[in-house]
Amino acid sequence: MSKNINIILATDCGSTTTKAILIELIDNEYRLTFRGEAPTTVEQPFEDVTRGVLNAIIEIEELSGRKILDNENIINKTSAKEGVDVYISTSSAGGGLQMMVSGVVKSMTGESAQRAALGAGAIVMDILASNDKRMYHEKVKRIRELRPDMVLLSGGIDGGTVSHVVELAEIIKTANPKPRLGIDYRLPIIYAGNKEAQENINDTLKDIVDLIIVPNIRPTLEKENLKPSRDKIHDLFMEHVMAQAPGYNKLTKWTDYPIMPTPGAVGEIIKKIAKIEKISVVGVDIGGATTDVFSVFNDEFNRTVSANLGMSYSICNVLSDAGVDNVSRWIPFKIDSINLTNRIANKMIRPTTIPQTLEDLKIEQALAREALRLSFVQHKEFAVSLKGVQQERTISDTFEQKMSGQTIVNMKNLDLIVGSGGVLSHAPRRAQAMRMLIDSFLPEGITQIAVDSIFMMPQLGILSTFHEQAALEVFHKDCLIKLGTCISSLDKYKKDRKLFSYKIIINKKIIEGEIKSGELKLIKAPLDKYQITITPEKNIDIGYGKNEIFTGKIFGGEVGIVFDGRGRSITFSEDYEERINQISNWSINSNEYPKEV
Amino acid sequence: MSKSYTPGLKILRNTKISKERLLPLRGDVHVSKDLIVNSDTIVASTEIPGNVQMINIANKLNIDAEQILDCVVVKVGDSIIKNQLIAESKGLFGMFKSEVRSPIDGKIINASKITGQIVIAEKPLPINVDAYIPGIIKDIFPKEGVIIDSIGTFVQGIIGIGGEKKGTLEILTDSPSSMINMEMINNDYKDKIIVCGTSINYDFYEKAKKIGVKGIVCGGINYNSVSKILGYSLGVAITGTEKTTTLILTEGFGEINMAQRTFDILLQNNGKKVSINGATQIRAGVLRPEIFIESKKIYENDNFKEDDLIISEGSTIRIIREPYFGQIGQIISLPYELVKMKSETMVRVAEIKFENGNIEIIPRANLEVILSN
Repeated sequence: MSKNINIILATDCGSTTTKAILIELIDNEYRLTFRGEAPTTVEQPFEDVTRGVLNAIIEIEELSGRKILDNENIINKTSAKEGVDVYISTSSAGGGLQMMVSGVVKSMTGESAQRAALGAGAIVMDILASNDKRMYHEKVKRIRELRPDMVLLSGGIDGGTVSHVVELAEIIKTANPKPRLGIDYRLPIIYAGNKEAQENINDTLKDIVDLIIVPNIRPTLEKENLKPSRDKIHDLFMEHVMAQAPGYNKLTKWTDYPIMPTPGAVGEIIKKIAKIEKISVVGVDIGGATTDVFSVFNDEFNRTVSANLGMSYSICNVLSDAGVDNVSRWIPFKIDSINLTNRIANKMIRPTTIPQTLEDLKIEQALAREALRLSFVQHKEFAVSLKGVQQERTISDTFEQKMSGQTIVNMKNLDLIVGSGGVLSHAPRRAQAMRMLIDSFLPEGITQIAVDSIFMMPQLGILSTFHEQAALEVFHKDCLIKLGTCISSLDKYKKDRKLFSYKIIINKKIIEGEIKSGELKLIKAPLDKYQITITPEKNIDIGYGKNEIFTGKIFGGEVGIVFDGRGRSITFSEDYEERINQISNWSINSNEYPKEV
Repeated sequence: MSKSYTPGLKILRNTKISKERLLPLRGDVHVSKDLIVNSDTIVASTEIPGNVQMINIANKLNIDAEQILDCVVVKVGDSIIKNQLIAESKGLFGMFKSEVRSPIDGKIINASKITGQIVIAEKPLPINVDAYIPGIIKDIFPKEGVIIDSIGTFVQGIIGIGGEKKGTLEILTDSPSSMINMEMINNDYKDKIIVCGTSINYDFYEKAKKIGVKGIVCGGINYNSVSKILGYSLGVAITGTEKTTTLILTEGFGEINMAQRTFDILLQNNGKKVSINGATQIRAGVLRPEIFIESKKIYENDNFKEDDLIISEGSTIRIIREPYFGQIGQIISLPYELVKMKSETMVRVAEIKFENGNIEIIPRANLEVILSN
C-alpha cells in the first residue's frame, strides 16, 4: 500500500489545540509541506472535536491551495490540486485515556500492568494492589471516586494465587464503578492475570462490566508479556472511550487508520529513532495538562506521564509541587511572590493566553524547567530494571527488582534528548529550548539536544505504524531540529575551579578554551560534525571516567555547543542579588533572551 | 475562511438558560414535564451505595474458602443488623461451634467461595437533586433527571470555589472600584450572597464565612489567599466540592476590580433571590462559575451562537494577560501577518483602541470577547 501514498494528512487533537500537517512525496522524498492549527472543540458550545479538525484543515487548504474538504468530507482521491491519500489522527483531547490498573503485588504485577497502560498511552490514575496497605472499603471508595475509563486487572503468575486476584475482582464488583463517560457506558475491564483464575474472574465480573480476557501480563516471575494487554487497550480506547467523546464517532469514520492516543504515538516514534540510530534517547512532550517522558536505554522503552504537570491547565500544580523558591531561582529579575503566584494562577484560569512581555516569557520558561525536572524525577523512579517484553530475567534480577529496582536511566550513557510541546517547540529562540532541556534534565558528559520543530511527533508516530519510511524521512528532515550538543562535567566543585579544556575545529578554525566551575559557555557551531578534544582536569569526569580525555566528533546545531560547568546538580547562589546576576550571566552567555530595553 | 475564536464569558440579561439536573446514579424523578418549580424543589433522588466492610469468614472459622457457603447463615441481598449471626462453623458433634457476627447494620452484597470473604454494605446514602434555579421542567430523562428552562440574568465568573448556593443578592459598594473594609460586613449578611466590586483578602473572606454569608462575588483575590482558604494549593482549576462559603471571581487572581458591565448588571438585581455555583473546571468540558437571577421578562437574547465567539473589527474585547490585563477596548484591525512581540514570540495580533484612546497591538490569544446584551 505504501508505494501508492503520495499525500498524507495527519491531525493531532490536543487538549488545547488541534494541529494538522500535510506531508507530500516530492522528488521521491516525503516532506512536511503545510501546517494548520485551530482550537480544540470538545467543549460547549461546540462539543464536537471534528469542528477543530475541520478548522485546522481549512487553514492547510488556505495555505496550500489544495482542496481537501468537500463540505465536511475529506476528499480521499488525489489529483494535482485535490484530495489526500491517507488521513490519520491522534488524540489526547477530553483528558486522554484514564485508567486504573491492579496487580497482586504492587511492585511486581502492579508495575507490569502500569507499564502496559502507560505504554499504550494511558494516564494511570491509581494502582490497586493486594499489598497496597489500603483497607477493602478504602479501595472500593477510591474506585468509585476516580471513575476510570478502563481497568487493567492483572495479578498472579500462571498457576499462582487465585484468591488474591479474585479478591481484586470482587473489590471492583463491589465498587461497581460508573465511568465518567455516560450513565449507560459499561466499564471495560481487561483481565491479564493468572490464567487459572480466568473462569472465576468471568463469574465475578461478567454481569456488571464489559470483561475482556487476554494472556497473562506476567506469566512467570521472569517474563513480562505486555503486548496483548497494550494492544487490547488500544482497541478499547477506540471502541469505547473515543466513541463516547464528543464528535469522535464522526472522526473515527474519517480516518483511514484507527486513532491512537497521542502519547502512544509519540512513544512509537521515539522507539523507532532509538532502534534505527542504535542510540539511547530521552524524549519529553510537555503539554498544557500533562508532561510525558519517554526513554529508551539498552533497547528498553519506558514511558511515564506526569498527569498534573503542565504549562497551562496544571501550571499551578507545578508551582505547588516545585515550590515558589524553586521556580523563582530561574527568574532573572526581581518579582515578589504574590505577584508571581497571581500571574501563574491567571495562566491556569486562562490557559490559552501567550506571553506578550519578556518578563512573562521568562516566568513561563522558569515554570517549564520545574515541570520538566519533576517529570524526569518521576520517570527515573519508574524506569527501573525490570526487563521488557518476553525477555528472560535471571533470578538475581528478580530479587534485585523486588529489593529496589534501580533506574535504568543512565545520564552518562544518554545520547540524545528530544523535546516537544508548545513551550519548547514554540520558544522564540531555540537557545531557550536548549537551556530549558539542559537545566531540567541535567545531561552528563556529551549529549545531543534536539526539539520537535513544530510539535508533530504524534502525527509521525501514528504514521510510522504503517509507513515507517515516510515517518522517518519527515522526522529527520522537517521535524527534528538539532540544537547542538551539551558537554558537562559530573559532580560539583568549588566555584571557579578549572574543570576541563577543549579544542574544537569549526570551519577549519581551531577554537580553544577552558571551563571553570559555575560557568556556562556557548560556541556557535551550525549543524555539522566537529572534531573535538576535551581534556579534564585531575579527578574530573566528563562522562568517560575521571581524568579520561575525549577525542572524537560531536554535533553542532541551530544553537551550537554548550559547555556546562555549573555542576550536577546546579549550585545557585544563596544571595538574592547575586543569584539574579548568576542566572543573568548564564542567559547572556547562552544568548537566551534579547536585551531588555 | 478559517475562523478565529476567542474565549468569552457570558454576561447576559433576560436570557434563556437550560439546566440539566442529573443524578449520579439512576434513581427516581419526582416532577413532570411543564411543571413550574422553584429553586428548592427536589426534582430527583437516589441512593448511593454505602461504605463496605469485608469479613474473612474462612479465617475466622478456620475453614477452607470453598466451605464458607455451608457456614454462612445469611444470603446475598439480606439486610442485617449489628451483631446478627452471619456465619457459624459446624463444630465437633454440634459442639464447640465458632460464630461470626455482623459488625454493622447493612446488607450482604457478596459471599465468595474463592476468597472466603463476605462483603457487607452499610446503609445507602440518600442523594437529592434540587432544581437549583426557578423555572419550568422542559424535559425529563427517566430515572436520571430533568432539564429546567428559565429566563433571567446570567453572569459567568472566571473561577470559583464552593458549590451551589441560593440566597438574596446584596451589593456592598456603589462602584467596582470602591474599597471594602471589614466593618462593612456584619450579621445582617448571614445567608446572603454579597457582591464586592473590588478584590477581597483572606481576612474579609473568613469574617464573611464566620457570619454565615453563603456566597461572595468579587473582582479578584490573591492566589495565596485562596490556598489559605482551602488549606492546600489549588493545583488545577477543578473546584466545586469545597464545603465552604462559595467564592466567585469575575476577573482573576490579584487586586483587580470587577468589570463595570458585570458590576452594573449585578447592581440592577440587588435584593433579588439568586442562585450561584462556584464549580469550575478548566479542562476539556470547561465549566465556569455562574450567577443566575430569574426575571419575569420574556427573553430578548437569542441562544448563544458560535459566531458570537468570532472576533472582528469593531468587537468589544477585554485583555486577559499582562501588560494590559483587565482593560477593555475595541478591535480596530486584525492584521493577517504574524507580529513579533517584546517576548520575541511571533503571533497573530489585533490592533486595539482602549477606552482612553490609546492604541496597542495585542496577541489575539490574549483577548476575551464580552458576550453581553
